[in-house]
Amino acid sequence: MKYAIGAVIFLILVVVGVSVFQPTSEWPGVDESVIKKAAAEANRPVGEGIINIKGDVLLFAFLTAGAVGGFIAGYTFRGLFPPSPERT
Amino acid sequence: MPLALSLIIVLTVFADKAHAMHIAEGLLPAPWAIFWFAASAPFVFLGLRNLKIRSAADPNFKAMVGLVGAAVFVISCMPIPIPIAGTCSHPCGTGMAAILIGPTLSILVASVALTLQALFLAHGGLTTLGANIFAMGVVGSYVGYGTFILSRRMGLPIFASAFLAGLLSDWGTYAMTSVSLAAALDLNSFTTLFTTIFIAFIPTQLPLGIIEGFISAGAYTFLRSRRPEYTAMLAGETNR
Repeated sequence: MKYAIGAVIFLILVVVGVSVFQPTSEWPGVDESVIKKAAAEANRPVGEGIINIKGDVLLFAFLTAGAVGGFIAGYTFRGLFPPSPERT
Repeated sequence: MPLALSLIIVLTVFADKAHAMHIAEGLLPAPWAIFWFAASAPFVFLGLRNLKIRSAADPNFKAMVGLVGAAVFVISCMPIPIPIAGTCSHPCGTGMAAILIGPTLSILVASVALTLQALFLAHGGLTTLGANIFAMGVVGSYVGYGTFILSRRMGLPIFASAFLAGLLSDWGTYAMTSVSLAAALDLNSFTTLFTTIFIAFIPTQLPLGIIEGFISAGAYTFLRSRRPEYTAMLAGETNR
């Protein structure tokens, strides 16, 4: 339980930090702010992936990936670390 | 489970588009793409061989690799906003993986995670997969593992050793990304381009490395305290 509380506190701190320190930033990733910038200066265009996902489909893909990854992690965790009898 | 749940929450809130250290599709010229594939392949092969050997010796080991692999996959596609820099980046998770299951298996799970991300999440690319495996998998894992072993031999506490493993693994990964980019995109001087890229990473990666250090230390100490009998399969305890 304390880990879940810790995660929520971390999330709140990040969101508060985001809105306080950089309220107008567009939050580019380092792929845009560093890697693609260096590539553009070297005239090296970025290609598109084989499965070119954009827009809300990409959002869906990330959500699905997180859910599947979280499920596998939880499933294997429960197998490796079953709850002790007094906690069930 | 709460850890997995909290990861999903964070991923859900910040999922927008790929914010990554992964080198994007098409950025590397063909000779460099082939070079990095060739450099990474032996390590992936070693990981597969090691998985077979250690799974035969311990039936629970595959589940442990599955758990760590899922964590690396989720962690490495989770963009974290850094308020002081105004940018986003993601931890790698390979330092944590290396001290939990060993460096070669950490490379193996990183290569699976990177392949899935390149195929389905527009995160990295297939032509740059070799370079990304080398940076995040090989360098991240061996730097993390080496730091942990060295720190323990120097007498540092487990939490501090795991923290340093995560921290230096993250910074090592981004330093290696700077090397592979500077080598491939070199216009005039490798050193100048490397320094430019490396310095540009610092405002985001400096705090992110600290976050990754705490993730590694938290995961290692938690798993060790919850089931000490599994310490036999933890890399730092057996020196494997």
